Amino acid sequence: MVDVAIVAFAQLPSVRCNPVADEAELVQPVTKAAMDAVGLTQSDIGFTCSGSCDYLVGRPFSFVAAVDGLQACPPIRESHVEMDGAWALYEAFVRLLHGDLDTALVFSFGKCSVGPVPDILNVQNDPYCVQSLGLDSISAAALQARALLDAGKATERDFAEIAVRCRRDAKDNPNAHLKGDFDVDAILAEPYISSPLRKSLCSPLSDAAAAIVLATGDKARALVDRPAWIRGIDHRVEPHSLGARDLTVSPSTLIAAERAGVGRDKVDVAELYAPFAPQEIILREALGLPGEAAVNPSGGALAANSVMTAGLIRLGEAAQRVLDGRADRAVGHATSGACLQQNLVAVMEGE
Amino acid sequence: MAERCAVIGIGQTHHKESRPDLSLAGLVREAALRALEEAEMTFADIDAVVLGTAPDMFEGVAMPELYLADALGAAGKPIFRVHTAGSVGGSTTIVATHLVQAGVHQKVLTVAFEKQSEANAMWALSPAIPFQPQLVAGAGGYFAPLMRSYIRRHDAHPDTGCVVAVKDRDNGLLNPYAHLHLHQTLDEVRASPMLWDPIRYSETCPSSDGACAMVLVNDANAARVDNPAWVLGTSVRTERTFFAGRDQVNPVAGRQCAKDVYDQAGITNPLREIDCAEVYVPFSWFEPMWLENLGFCEPGEGWKMTMDGKTRRDGVCPFNMSGGVMCTNPIGASGMIRFAEAARQVRGTADAHQIDGARRALGHAYGGGSQFFAMWVVGSERP
Repeated sequence: MVDVAIVAFAQLPSVRCNPVADEAELVQPVTKAAMDAVGLTQSDIGFTCSGSCDYLVGRPFSFVAAVDGLQACPPIRESHVEMDGAWALYEAFVRLLHGDLDTALVFSFGKCSVGPVPDILNVQNDPYCVQSLGLDSISAAALQARALLDAGKATERDFAEIAVRCRRDAKDNPNAHLKGDFDVDAILAEPYISSPLRKSLCSPLSDAAAAIVLATGDKARALVDRPAWIRGIDHRVEPHSLGARDLTVSPSTLIAAERAGVGRDKVDVAELYAPFAPQEIILREALGLPGEAAVNPSGGALAANSVMTAGLIRLGEAAQRVLDGRADRAVGHATSGACLQQNLVAVMEGE
Repeated sequence: MAERCAVIGIGQTHHKESRPDLSLAGLVREAALRALEEAEMTFADIDAVVLGTAPDMFEGVAMPELYLADALGAAGKPIFRVHTAGSVGGSTTIVATHLVQAGVHQKVLTVAFEKQSEANAMWALSPAIPFQPQLVAGAGGYFAPLMRSYIRRHDAHPDTGCVVAVKDRDNGLLNPYAHLHLHQTLDEVRASPMLWDPIRYSETCPSSDGACAMVLVNDANAARVDNPAWVLGTSVRTERTFFAGRDQVNPVAGRQCAKDVYDQAGITNPLREIDCAEVYVPFSWFEPMWLENLGFCEPGEGWKMTMDGKTRRDGVCPFNMSGGVMCTNPIGASGMIRFAEAARQVRGTADAHQIDGARRALGHAYGGGSQFFAMWVVGSERP
């Protein structure tokens, strides 16, 4: 069995709008920073994999332009997923299990400033029956939040407290851009944008990029003192039709967490990709997180949400705390689709 | 590598210019159900689904794996989405293969599709990008200069492309799944309108609706069928769009990818040791170019092989026995169809376009402006 670890993580600071950087200009600095951290260059990397979404950038083949931010000359072993970068990490992890390569570079980029993201995400819906209804991502998340309230699983005050906590924690995160001391009552006084969601319960939209270097066994130990070993990683999907799901629970996260082994030991820190505050409640329950686990110390997606990259950043933020010794066991989570349709869970541990 | 991987089920749609009888979900199901039927399985037997398609803008559904999860029986399971431009059908198959070889899953369903009738690929391929010249010529306009360069570099016979078109269309007559069923004479191809010199109308691929699916399994499950196609090697390579000295006629990424996959399969002389090949030829002149890039001959010899009939079904190097992309092009699925048709040959299930005794076959896909390559070699004998 090949052991695979995260040995380096880098991100560009999330900002509301990065008007100057195109794909290659987002990818080049962040991949270089991740490789520099462990003294590698592209020619040392066995496999490269990225995640991005054409619709977000507003052009087909946006990943093709991103390759020009790499030193892919001579040619490289490379692949791309039209998914959050967390799934690119999954593909790279599986590739390294073969044992013939000992390093991988994973990256993703998201430019949310280019278009109206909530409306663009309607294009993820069933093209025949749902897209024409104009179900934007905020409205879909509001249905889920309403279901939580109706089931008596949470109150609107619970939602606001999550938003306040995330943005307070984000004050220590130089890469987050929506942070500070917010007030629960002030949030509860905000108008609804899609009931019961208010603006402060939604994530901001961000431009960012992130990169992670993976390494196997002794190679990982040679590169860093304390690799963040990926002890389990799994992802699952749920039916697309919202009517076929109980939106107050996340069975896909539950299965992924079980298969990744979240409950096998303590959890020091968990970074969850919950772009809407109510979703944190659903994810905590599905992951079975113990009370002492620190959830989203980075501030999570409520402090910075570069769609397609925020999931990879969650894995990186969790791994970083293992790499630098602040945590022994960390959980990273990523999601995709309306109302947490698809979820990925990874467990990282120090030696 | 922990596990061997084998193909035990292959399915594809009847490819057409338009399949108005099917939604996107219906299209992928038609292929998936045929693959499952051949493997004597149902969706319940499958551990994970790996989906591939070309740019989402072709159909207007972003990340369609989310919408297609229900139709592919993926609820509660992993579904994964690959996008590597035109090579995506190949890359998707390889990602699925890796899941089996790494021991992560035992039975993986992989599916690729394109429904070009619900799209305008020409539009989606020609966006106006700030600070870049807008390429409003589609893929043909991009590739034509490379073919002119090939012709000039090797003084190739001007009929070569037309000969490829006649051969591939004749092969397609034997394939009931092919989109075009069309017999053309050399004179008819020569007389068809010139679109992008040297590419005539009859030397281009069609735009198709179609999907392809395969069931990939580990050693323990391969015995479910008598004739699995064993994966002997897989490889991907990518090179940059822009670098000094880039040779787009004979790309180094393609050469390296081929060498890698041959090394894994223990092949030192592809012309002698590979019985037949399904190669991504969307425009006729790519046949001689890829013959050379894939090492079936030396540079400058590819057009001679084509002109000498060596790539016909009865030649020493059969290329695109199914009719290839020249007869059927659901873009995102085209690479997987190449991989699947290679597997059909070594399974002995290629029906009327079967090469007798095919034991080892190459499946090839490429994408973008020839930056992305994906290949596999499959064989009838367990490695």
